[in-house]
Formats: sequence, structure tokens, C-alpha cells
Amino acid sequence: MTTASKKTYLFVWLALLAFLALTWGLANVNLGPFNNVVALCISIAKMTLVVLVFMHGRWEKALTWIFIAAGAIWFLIMVDLTLSDYLTRKDVTNARTTWKHPEQNPPTLMPGKGD
Amino acid sequence: MADAHLALQEQFEEMPQQKEAATLGMWAFLATEVLFFGGLFLSYIIYRTNYPHAFAEASHHTVVMFGTLNTAILLTSSFTMALAVHAARENNTKWLFRFLLVTIVLALAFLAVKGLEYREDLREHLWPGPQFRPDLPPQAQIFWILYWIMTGVHAVHVTVGVGLLSRMAWMASRRKFSDAYYTPIEISGLYWHFVDIIWIFLYPLLYLIQRYS
Amino acid sequence: MNTATETVAPLIEHRIAKNYFTEGGHTLKSWLLTTDHKRIGVLYLISIVFYFVIAAIAAALMRMELITPAGDMVTSETYNKLFTIHGTLMVWFFLIPSIPAVLGNFVLPMMLGARDVAFPKLNLLSWYLFNAGGLLALYAVTFGGVDTGWTFYTPYSSTYSNSHVLTMAAGIFIAGFGTILTGLNFIITTHKLRAPGLTWFRLPLFVWSMYSTSAIMILATPVLAMTLTLMGIERIWGVGLFDPKLGGDPVLFQHLFWFYSHPAVYIMILPGMGVMSELVTCFSRKPIFGYHFVAFSSVAIAVLGFLVWGHHMFTSGQSIYASLVFSYLSYMVAVPSAIKVFNWTLTLHRGSISLSTPMIYALGFVGLFTVGGLTGLFLAAAGLDVHVQDTYFVVAHFHYIMVGGMVTAFMGGLHYWWPKITGRMYPEKFGQLAALTMYLGFNLTFFPQFVLGYLGMPRRYHAYAPEFQIYNVMSSAGASILGVAYLLPLIYFLWSLKYGKKAPANPWKATGLEWQTTSPPPKHNFHETPIVDTPPYQYSAEATEAELLSISNKETPYG
Repeated sequence: MTTASKKTYLFVWLALLAFLALTWGLANVNLGPFNNVVALCISIAKMTLVVLVFMHGRWEKALTWIFIAAGAIWFLIMVDLTLSDYLTRKDVTNARTTWKHPEQNPPTLMPGKGD
Repeated sequence: MADAHLALQEQFEEMPQQKEAATLGMWAFLATEVLFFGGLFLSYIIYRTNYPHAFAEASHHTVVMFGTLNTAILLTSSFTMALAVHAARENNTKWLFRFLLVTIVLALAFLAVKGLEYREDLREHLWPGPQFRPDLPPQAQIFWILYWIMTGVHAVHVTVGVGLLSRMAWMASRRKFSDAYYTPIEISGLYWHFVDIIWIFLYPLLYLIQRYS
Repeated sequence: MNTATETVAPLIEHRIAKNYFTEGGHTLKSWLLTTDHKRIGVLYLISIVFYFVIAAIAAALMRMELITPAGDMVTSETYNKLFTIHGTLMVWFFLIPSIPAVLGNFVLPMMLGARDVAFPKLNLLSWYLFNAGGLLALYAVTFGGVDTGWTFYTPYSSTYSNSHVLTMAAGIFIAGFGTILTGLNFIITTHKLRAPGLTWFRLPLFVWSMYSTSAIMILATPVLAMTLTLMGIERIWGVGLFDPKLGGDPVLFQHLFWFYSHPAVYIMILPGMGVMSELVTCFSRKPIFGYHFVAFSSVAIAVLGFLVWGHHMFTSGQSIYASLVFSYLSYMVAVPSAIKVFNWTLTLHRGSISLSTPMIYALGFVGLFTVGGLTGLFLAAAGLDVHVQDTYFVVAHFHYIMVGGMVTAFMGGLHYWWPKITGRMYPEKFGQLAALTMYLGFNLTFFPQFVLGYLGMPRRYHAYAPEFQIYNVMSSAGASILGVAYLLPLIYFLWSLKYGKKAPANPWKATGLEWQTTSPPPKHNFHETPIVDTPPYQYSAEATEAELLSISNKETPYG
């Protein structure tokens, strides 16, 4: 199994620090909805470098990559299907803009009944 | 030099098989860790989607300087960990030990900075509950609950890592490793890099929401 | 003086005293510190029987209460504790470990031709984690119980319950890590420790099932761990992620909980399906019909099982769109299970069927699992589910799968591998009697519950409307028969340890590497690593022993 040289590790480390500076810097700039996308992409880039080089992912067998992929994919399944609930709820859609504390917004199913 | 064949356990036929099994086992364990933290990241995603303004406002009370410093510390500790594994591969026990030590020191530095940060957060009344600072909306408490739990669970993993790497350093000092056998170093490294990756994602999610003014 | 050197032919089993019981130490310490997967399997068997008995007692008390419509035997609070204890102990401390940790631990390495699992020390750790968790659960049970239901829904569990929720949750959390380690062990073992020539498609289907189960174990259980942690934190701190006062959503708990708990039911049933493939082939003397289909179905069930959790939440406030998606996906997950049932049935077709005890259990499984599975389809239809959710229809459905399917398969597997594990035969007539009794008792207990649910009786109620009584009486009567049916094997298995006929290496003339070593096996399973060059299940109705095995065995236990 081949591996990286010390120089490669050094370059990756410097790249990671550069990405850190970039992500911090861009957070101070208003990119609208792209702030989230950019931050996520930079994090993924950093993770990729760490997995490929520091964790020797580049030299790992296909089976290892299946394990790595499984973790990621299962996490995404969990997020995706849960979001399929939250993004399609009517009351939560309202909550995004007009959420009120229950004290100010009591349920009205049975008007006149005490709590 | 470590006696390689003595390290072969009886259920395996040969050393490469044993090493591959150990490596694969650690990757499988890391997949479980992804799902473990995954529940927290899921909760974060759901609530940030529902309450983007409250989350942004709440996150402005995190201390970006501490977060950024800690990210740099962990990234560097991953670098030194990779160098430690490299030293083991080159049969360089002296530098294996030194790089492990540096990694441990960086990990402890991370925890120290975290401790300072927690103290600051508590002073700012950012602990969820009746004493939570009243100038923030109620959903801000959800952000802060996630902050404490996510960084807390992460810090536990860092602490476990410190213990693990300390044991590796001790074993290295006793000359248990050589270029013929350094699998525990390698899989400890995998664990350590994973801890770093979790923080790579925590950092922007907790510290960098709408930092422009 | 036994002449057993390492090269002695493995079949002089009547002379050999060397097996995993006698090698490796006789002391309690040698058992409690063992790393031998076979001993660990036996340790697990003892542990899970213990928890099964406690959970069964809770069920017995529930069924006693339900004989009369009035809630006159226990208070509703106590009844809540009874069904919670029954559920938590049965799910986490009996069903989930049963086949994997007992039969899987014992048989899987042998089926692979291996000397042990990949990580024997982790294997022992798993057993200790299981029992540490179990002790916490026992503490919770003994010192007042838990009343939230095994599902721990917030906000009751996190805010309002006054019972030992945290202790029980901690117990489950710890036991869960035992499960994760077991799953991890099995996966790596299957990848790395197969004997030469044992390619994936030469593996027994039990291995495919155990592998798929293990994948679910390691991907789902961590989410449970985090979910319980979050619920516990809300309970301790007084505020949390599911707290509506802060904008939190209790249904998020349900998403997180069921993301684990639905795949968990596949953790429970897949190993039973694996056992089924072994039993059905051996006792119809035929290779499995559609090996590849059955193998891939196991994988498909493991994957698809992760996509359907929302079908537990149709009435919880989930969006209609999500309910639609989950309903559709739930129909899809039924397909691979159905494929397996078809394939087992077609294996039976034109087979030479012998109705020995394991086979009676296997045949029972086919019928009962089919009923359970089909009623699952009823529940998967969101439009129908809203009428029977939280009624006894659901209770009947999952007991048909869990008890009629899983426990039946476990009993079948236990009887099948008992000679291998203990070196003794159980008394066959009693085995057949117990199997038939179980089948009858089971149906009497649970079929009326379908009717009850359809008629509207809610679950988790200790009192009910008088018109439901007749079905409840039938159900409770069935439960007492079921109790007897479970007691019988407990007695005769113990009896067989001392008085049972000594078992030959291959009493069933089965294929599979585990039968090519002694009963009980030696400490390292095989004297030499076997080499495999044939597909599995090379049965034929008229096969002679020589055609089946490289080592012949003249004697069968029943002539």
C-alpha cells in the first residue's frame, strides 16, 4: 500500500488552513442564500482532503469506500425523508415566519374550555 | 523491534489479513459514529430550516475567535497525527512518539480553549432554561441546546481520543511498534481524523451563520 | 487416556472428550473471561432466557388483567408499567440478541470455516455491555418500573413521567453498544475470515441474513443511542429539543426513534429468515429454490427497511405528503419478504419432507409470518392505518411477526443446532409436542386480537368495553397454552444436557461446514481449515451420506 509523503501532508495542512480562512472570510460577506451552500461546500472539501490524504482514503480498497459511502448515504436518507415531512407541513410553514409562543397563541379547538 | 509474528492473533492466518480486518473494523465503527452524530445534525437541519432568523441571532453569541482557533488547532493535530503514522511506517519510533505527543498537546489545547469558551458562554447566560438571556427569542434556546450537546459530545470524543493517543504514546515509548506492526497507530489515527471532520462541519454551522452585518 | 493430538480425525466423537466445554478451562472464570465465540453464544443464551422469563411474566399479568373488562387486577399506572417492561425487555434484551448473539455467535464462524470471529475480545465485551444494560433495566423494573411504553414518546417520557425512564434508557443505550459491536464483528468476520474457496455465493443463506442484520445493527443503533440521549437530556435539564414551548417538535423524537426502531424490527426478523433457509432445505432434502433471490432479498430488506419508518407516524401529525411517501415505500419493502416466502415454499415443493421438530417450527413460521406480513400491508396503507392505529390490530400484527415468526424461527434454530452446541439430542417427541402446542397456543392468543383491533379495542388499555370480552378471554386462554409450550423446551433442553442421547457430528445429515466437525465442536472449530469447492445445500432426496459429506456418519438419532 502506498502512502503520502511528508510534503503532501504539509500541503494538505496548508490547504486546510487556507480553506478555514476562506470559510471564515466568506461568512463575513453577504452572499444571500449562497452563504449556506458555500460553507457546506468548503466543509465537504476539507473533509475530502482529510479522508483522501490523512486517512489514506486514496489508497484504500473499494470495500472501504463502500463502508464510507454507507455512512454518508444513510445519514442523507435520514435527513431527506425527515425533511419530506417538515418541508411539507402547513403549520410549520407558518412557523417559519410567524411562530408564536403557546402562551400568546393558545389552541382554539375547544373554545371556552380551560386548560 | 517489535516481534511481528507474536502480534498475530489465532483467528487470523496472516498479518495482512489481521491488519485489513482491523482497518475495516475501524472504518465500520466510524460509519456508526456518523450516524450517532447524525441525529444531532438532523435536528440542527430541521430546526434551522424552521427558524432561520432565531438561529442566526442565537449563533451571533458564539465566540468566532475561539471557534476559528479551535478549528485551526484540530486541523493541525490531524496533520501531526498523519506525521506520526508516517513515522511509524518509516520505523522512526522517536518521531512517532514526538508527533503523538504534539497531537495530544494540541487536543488538550482544544479542550482548554473549549473550556474558556464555555465559561464565557455561561457568563453570557447562554445555558438553556429559565435563566437563558431574555433578549433572544425562545427558539434561540433550541440553537443553544444543540450547541451545548453537539460541542459537548464532540468534546467527549476528543477526550477519549486523548486517552487513546496517550496509550499509543506509552506503547510507542515501550517500543511496541515498528514498520512491521503499527496497526493500532493507524487506526487510532483514523479515529482522530474523524473527530477532526466532525468539527470541520460543526464550525460553520455553529459559528458562521450570517456573520455579515 | 485420550489420544487426541491435533491431527486426530475429528469424527471419533465418542472417544474424544476435547471440545469447547472441556478445552479452555472448567472454572467459572474461564467462562466469564472467554473469547471463544461458542462459549459467548452459550452465555448469551442463558442471559436472554432470563430476560425472556421476566418479560413473559409481565405479559402473563397483562393477559390476566384483560380477562375481565374492568380494570380490577392492577391500576392503570401499573398496567402501563407492565406493557413497558414487556416491550423493552422483549425487544432489546430478548428479540434483538436472540438469534444473532446466540445462534449467530455460535454458528457463523463455523459456517465460514473460521476459528473464531474477527474480534473475539470485542465479542466478550458485547456480552458484558448487554448485561450491564440489562442490569440497569432490571433496576428500573425492580424499583418502580417505567410507564412510557417501549416507544418512550416525548413529552411524556421527557417531562411528565414519574418513573425510572432515565435508568431504563441508560440500560438500553449501553446494551445498544453491545449490539453495535456484535454487528461490526460479524461484518468484518464475513469479509475477512471466510475459508478458501468460500465465495459469497457459496455461503449458506444464514450468513447472508446475519450480514444484512449486522449492517442494520451498525447503521441504525447509533441513532437510537442519540435519541435516548436527547430525550434524557430534556428530562434532566427540563428543556430540550422536543419542547414545544421553545418551538421544539415532539414528533422529531418520533422521527429519530422510528428511524432506528423500524430497521430494528428487521434486525429481529432477518436472522429468523436466515434460520428458515437452513431448516427448509435440510428437512426437505432439497437445495434452496432461487438462492440468489433469497440472498439479495436479505440485502434488499436491510436497505429498504430504512426507508419506511414514517408508517409508524401516520396519525402523529406528520405531513400528508410524507405519509404518502412512507406508505408507498412500505409496500416496496414487503416485496423481498414475499420473495423469500415464495422461495421457501417452492423449496418444499417436491421435497422429501420430514416433520422433525425444527421443521414443524419452520412450517409454522411460513404460515404465521405470512399472516403477519400481510397484515403489515394493511397497516402500510395510510388510509386504513388511521382506523386501526393504536388498536389491537397492530398488536396482533407485530406479534405474528415477532412471536409467530421470529421466536418460532429461534426455537427451530435452537432445536436444529442444539446437538451441535451441546453434543446432546433433545427428546424428539416432546419437541414435536411443544412445537404443535406453541402453534395452537399462539394462534388462539393472537388471532382474536386482529378481530379486537378491527372492532376498535385500543391497545395499552387495562380496561375495555364489555363487548370485547369474549375475544380477550380467548386470547388469555391461548396465552396460558403458549406459556406451557415455552416451558416444555426449557425443561427438556435442561434434561437433555444430562440425559439426552449423545449427538453425532451430523444428526440431520445437513450440509454446511458446521456439521463437518464434532458435536460439540473443538475449541478452534476445525482441526484444519476446510476448503470449499461446492455450492451450498447440495441435498438430494435420494442422496447417500457419501454424496453429501466428505465424512460419513452412519447413525441418525431417530433410526
